[in-house]
Amino acid sequence: MTLMSRFSSRLDVTSGTIDMTHGSGGRATAQLVSEVFARHFDNPILAAGNDGAAFDVPAGRLVMSTDGHVISPLFFPGGNIGCLAVHGTINDVAMLGARPLHLAAGFIIEEGFPLADLDKIAASMAAAAQEAGVPIVTGDTKVVEKGKGDGVFITTSGVGIVPPGIDISGANAQPGDKIILSGSIGDHGIAILSKRANLEFDTEIKSDTAALHELVAHMIAQVPQIHCLRDPTRGGLGTTLNELAQQSRVGMRLREAAIAIKNDVRAACELLGLDPLYIANEGKLIAICPAEHADRLLAAMRAHPLGREAEIIGDVVADSNAFVQMETHFGGNRIIDWLSGEQLPRIC
Amino acid sequence: MKYVDEYRDGGLARKLAATISREANTGRTYNIMEFCGGHTHAIFRYGVQDLMPENVRFVHGPGCPVCVLPIGRIDNAIELAEKHGAIVCSYGDMMRVPASERRSLIKAKAEGADIRMVYSIRDALKIARETPDREVVFFAIGFETTTPPTAVAIKEARAARLKNFSIFCNHVLTPAAVAHILSSPEVKDHRTVAIDGFLGPSHVSSVIGSRPYEAAARDFQRPVVIAGFEPLDVMQATLMVIRQLNEGRYEVENEYFRVVTRDGNRKAQALVAEVLELRETFEWRGLGEVPLSALRIRDAYAEFDAEERFSIATRKVKDAKSCECPSILRGAKRPTDCKLFGRTCTPENPIGSCMVSSEGACAAYWTYGRFRFGTEGRALDRAKEAVQ
Repeated sequence: MTLMSRFSSRLDVTSGTIDMTHGSGGRATAQLVSEVFARHFDNPILAAGNDGAAFDVPAGRLVMSTDGHVISPLFFPGGNIGCLAVHGTINDVAMLGARPLHLAAGFIIEEGFPLADLDKIAASMAAAAQEAGVPIVTGDTKVVEKGKGDGVFITTSGVGIVPPGIDISGANAQPGDKIILSGSIGDHGIAILSKRANLEFDTEIKSDTAALHELVAHMIAQVPQIHCLRDPTRGGLGTTLNELAQQSRVGMRLREAAIAIKNDVRAACELLGLDPLYIANEGKLIAICPAEHADRLLAAMRAHPLGREAEIIGDVVADSNAFVQMETHFGGNRIIDWLSGEQLPRIC
Repeated sequence: MKYVDEYRDGGLARKLAATISREANTGRTYNIMEFCGGHTHAIFRYGVQDLMPENVRFVHGPGCPVCVLPIGRIDNAIELAEKHGAIVCSYGDMMRVPASERRSLIKAKAEGADIRMVYSIRDALKIARETPDREVVFFAIGFETTTPPTAVAIKEARAARLKNFSIFCNHVLTPAAVAHILSSPEVKDHRTVAIDGFLGPSHVSSVIGSRPYEAAARDFQRPVVIAGFEPLDVMQATLMVIRQLNEGRYEVENEYFRVVTRDGNRKAQALVAEVLELRETFEWRGLGEVPLSALRIRDAYAEFDAEERFSIATRKVKDAKSCECPSILRGAKRPTDCKLFGRTCTPENPIGSCMVSSEGACAAYWTYGRFRFGTEGRALDRAKEAVQ
């Protein structure tokens, strides 16, 4: 708080806007960092005021991950770009079996962006980091001219430590393994679509954005033999399973009946001509483990609030083509291919 | 989900499949052309072909609005943006369709042309209202399903006295295409393409009704059954076609009676007739010039006709060499018969239009059916190559 005295007047976070001076590296930048970011992210490592963060790490394998967030709209039902940026990177670190330790955040802000919105976003990031117990310990701020950004872009990076004896990778799936999904799919993508400027529709669906590291820690404690973990974000469940199949050089067989999709999500997808298998999620994970541990893992997941609706959705099979196939509700079979291009509604 | 799950019931599907197997005469083959890409999509997405006996085969028809648009018309749309500086508004499906010289709307956009993806013609009207100093052109494509919204937009534009809005009209008509396919030499004379009956369009027929197919069914002696886009609709309509063939009938029947009537939506028809009129002829990819098969904007509304406004000249452009889209659109070949399929032509890198649109036969084969290709020759190897 003593820092405040360096500036002649406080930032106007009610009606002020970002201008080019906030990115100049001078006093205005320092004030923005101090009165928005440092104020919300408040922690001793950040408060040290260095260009980087120094901290002790426990022994083990260090995991590092980074994720750029360019979402539109910035505010959506169930969250905003701020908490999403925190959850996204925590999850990427956690999907390697690591316990996330610290985050870094880089902001690229467009000239004219309302300070009130930036303040809201920073507050949301701080709350998400606090709740997850993973502080934001360093960061960077840049400002670009109006028209050269889309409000604000946030890149977060994170580090974490993998406990000894854990080897989780997308390349570890084996024929015979079971595939478990932690809950219903498509919530995040549909929540976002419902607020897109040219596509507004009413829905109760909220983004599922959530930090999954505690669920992962709980799963690993119960079943250290987990082979793969991944969160089906952009590209949805369909694309993520193809990534895993490709990486592990295996095939997959899914049962459509086991894949949970909320009615509102299904309805919105029907209306828009989209396939929920390719809609983004931000608070779900796929776990692949040996069949003999699957029931124990499923029970462990269901015991955690973020895995209550977990289901075994299919099996890993030997297949040199690395095809992901699904037995449909209807009784037929279909390939679940990679998403190509963007999903588009049909015309006729 | 009400009104959807009922039409995707696996139990009913198995019962229907058993009935089809029982009634399909083992002494013959039933070649049934599903006209619409929507049907093709349902067949693949739900695995309907798996439930059919060997001798019931689906022949994929030309009912994909993106696929049948000739390359010259896409060149025209790019020209509207690049040469005339217009904001060209297009459905997303059109964006990646290859134009001449390996260009496309999406490439032109990346190079600076103002081409915008919209979900409906209303979005284009909105853009026109919001940017009065720019010309805004809507790239209208589609069968009869999308013609009423075009007519409404033109009337709205006139009422709002919009001076900067026009439509590049490429609407095509279904019954003309059905008749054209049936009168082509490969179906009629040489019989190299076997089409025993049709699954008729669903959404299109909700506008035009089932009556317009009656002449084709009678003249060419082929049963037509209007079918919805849900998998049980497709199966029920298939059974109805089989029954007609077994009984030697060739009538227009309506499986999709929950939506389609014999006369269709008369209000929509009147609206379309007021604003649009028949073209003497129009080029279709795959079918060539088809007389009386497309619509243009009437002279009374010429101010909203981009072809008039910007003096757009018709361009004839040849399809890519060895691309089999034209034959595939006529039902003469299957996607897996094409040398490019899955090799140089994939949804990520389409050579022909049928691989671009989600309603295209090649895209449906590729997206939902890749694993089947083992039974169709070399294609499995291609699929393997593509994966590696």
